[in-house]
Amino acid sequence: MYKIARKMELGPNVKLMEIEAPLIAKKQKPGQFVVLRVHENGERIPLTITESNNERGTITLIFQEVGKTTRQLGQLNVGDAIPDLVGPLGVPAEIKDFGTVVVVGGGAATAVAYPEARELKKAGNKVLTIIGARTKDLIILEEQMKACSDELYITTDDGSKGHHGVVTDVLKQLIEKGTKIDFVVAIGPAIMMKVVAETTRPYKIKTVASLNPIMVDATGMCGVCRVSVGGQTKFACVDGPEFDAHLVDFDLLMARQRMYLDKERASLEKWEKECRIK
Amino acid sequence: MPKQTPEVRAHNFNEVALGYNEEKALKAAKRCLQCPKPPCIEGCPVEIDIPAFIKHIVEQRYEESIKVLKKYTNLPGVCGRVCPAEDQCEFKCVLSKIGAPVNIGYLERFAADKELERGPVNIDLPPPTGKKVAVVGSGPASVTAAGDLVKLGHDVTMFEALHKPGGVLVYGIPEFRLPKRIVQYEVDYLKRLGVKVETNFIVGRTLTIDELFEMGYDAIFMGVGAGTPDFLHIPGENLGGVYSANEFLTRSNLMKAYSFPEADTPINVGKVVAVIGGGNVTMDAARTALRLGAEVIVAYRRSQAEMPARPQEVANAREEGVKFQFLTAPVRMIGNEKGQVKQLECIKMELGEPDASGRRRPVPIPNSNFLMDADAVIVAIGSGANPLIRRTARGVDLTEDGRIIADPATGRTSREGIWTGGDIVTGEATVISAMGAGKMAAKDIHRWLLEKPRQRWQTVEAVHA
Repeated sequence: MYKIARKMELGPNVKLMEIEAPLIAKKQKPGQFVVLRVHENGERIPLTITESNNERGTITLIFQEVGKTTRQLGQLNVGDAIPDLVGPLGVPAEIKDFGTVVVVGGGAATAVAYPEARELKKAGNKVLTIIGARTKDLIILEEQMKACSDELYITTDDGSKGHHGVVTDVLKQLIEKGTKIDFVVAIGPAIMMKVVAETTRPYKIKTVASLNPIMVDATGMCGVCRVSVGGQTKFACVDGPEFDAHLVDFDLLMARQRMYLDKERASLEKWEKECRIK
Repeated sequence: MPKQTPEVRAHNFNEVALGYNEEKALKAAKRCLQCPKPPCIEGCPVEIDIPAFIKHIVEQRYEESIKVLKKYTNLPGVCGRVCPAEDQCEFKCVLSKIGAPVNIGYLERFAADKELERGPVNIDLPPPTGKKVAVVGSGPASVTAAGDLVKLGHDVTMFEALHKPGGVLVYGIPEFRLPKRIVQYEVDYLKRLGVKVETNFIVGRTLTIDELFEMGYDAIFMGVGAGTPDFLHIPGENLGGVYSANEFLTRSNLMKAYSFPEADTPINVGKVVAVIGGGNVTMDAARTALRLGAEVIVAYRRSQAEMPARPQEVANAREEGVKFQFLTAPVRMIGNEKGQVKQLECIKMELGEPDASGRRRPVPIPNSNFLMDADAVIVAIGSGANPLIRRTARGVDLTEDGRIIADPATGRTSREGIWTGGDIVTGEATVISAMGAGKMAAKDIHRWLLEKPRQRWQTVEAVHA
């Protein structure tokens, strides 16, 4: 059992949880994730680790409540325990001194982009960070990002904060301004990562994306997380989750993310109805 | 053996074979000739003293019967259900020369079920040796190794990556062939003997092999299983609705997707499911899809005679309504605008010259392509080595395709203190052969742990295909 040591609301339906998992905390590197299950009949979902604290023996997860499992997870409180948690999984992100890097985080996935920005900064890079969300309440980790970035740009779809538009508007401006960019890491919804890849492609700027397909076992055994990279099928759970964004078939990723949309919706609705009855 | 009728069982996940009652068991047991040199034992990968356990059934001394079985196997309830007895002990039975052999498999199950009714028999454990062994994985090879080692007085911890122990017995083999309570019972029995079970623990990720040694483990057995699913590498294989058998079975068995939305993990079968392959896993996937309400067609590239699946499982599937399309190989999967599979383009095959496996090689017939409707496709053509091993098993020699190289006489790997066995060595094989490997390794681990002075780590040169 993995006890919840701290819980915070970062925005509407965006929650932070610090969880006691000393072995994972000790091993975790940026870009790696855990798989967890909230109850005996629960599904297994992957969540990327935002940070870990070796002294406290904890890992921090930040997640947006979108489906039944994340909603149920969000209902747990400090002192409650998560029955199943396994990790750290996946290949760690490549952290080295590239020169100037742009870290692009979209919505709640900013929580995944943050540790990479932090580590890239530590490795000596000049870090330019762009975080975007639908609206200002959904911008998370602004202070933390500011602390590890040389420049921080914020965009919102509705213009309620920062640039009125999307993250790639800023990325494009930076490139067109003649900023020398050596490396771009894009972490967010598949469509955002796709557009980032298309933005940097003409300039041949090395770009990686952190893919978030459906997973079950996450140890390479089931293959539900298969993605196409450069025309080759890869398993995001063991070969990724980070891949060369210019080689990823994002349309396939998006189609595969939607495979169970109807059932996921039905499952959530049924649960919400049961909650109301109780 | 009495079974649920096909009409009934096609709509439920309960066990198909109902097991012998006492009268039937006694009748079957009395047929055993108690040969002085029993050939059946030679046919058993773990060399169970078959006449002895059957004799105790005849005498209605069931506790004695199970005690005999447990000397050789930690999983009698499992073996009695899933062992291909017809190719092993029963094949060797003298009676098979003149007619039907003794139904050894059914009798083993009977003895195990009797124990389940009465509760576990007690076993006296030797004094602790003070040696610690880590067993990686909790499938048939690992459970066997763990059981044998704990009975020899060692301190054993079994590490499992998933949230439930049992490996393929839990995620792979469906409830209707092997009820989960049987696996749970056997794992609980190991716990009673003192085996510690750590779930949600990936050796190589949560802790490395080196760290296990640093923590004081004296020996490690790696029974990590086959692992990664093979695909056909044809266009359209990444469409939605195309499953590996591993995924399909894991969703249904381990994650209980058959009871969605009571369980949270979904599964999509639609109206028609095509299952590609001809092995036992193919049958398990086909019969699961059928029970989830689909019309199921198995497409196999050779003919029925070459199918590696147990004939009785093929017969069960057929009785339940699974259809077979032999000499058929898929060449392309076709999807709709949402990226969901809708059709399968196949080509007809004919059998040519025998290949390396001795079976006649399927050869495509030109211009024989045809379309098959399918709302889901399950690719059940086997699996390769666990991909994490290559990244995490430092110092352990692997074959080119990532399997662990093991000394065939001891299960030793190239690295001192590490043994292995089961599907990670042989590729996908049977439960009982994995158990045989676990048993062999346990024996050698025990010998090595108590060796004084310890000899240099030696492995007979491994013969590996």
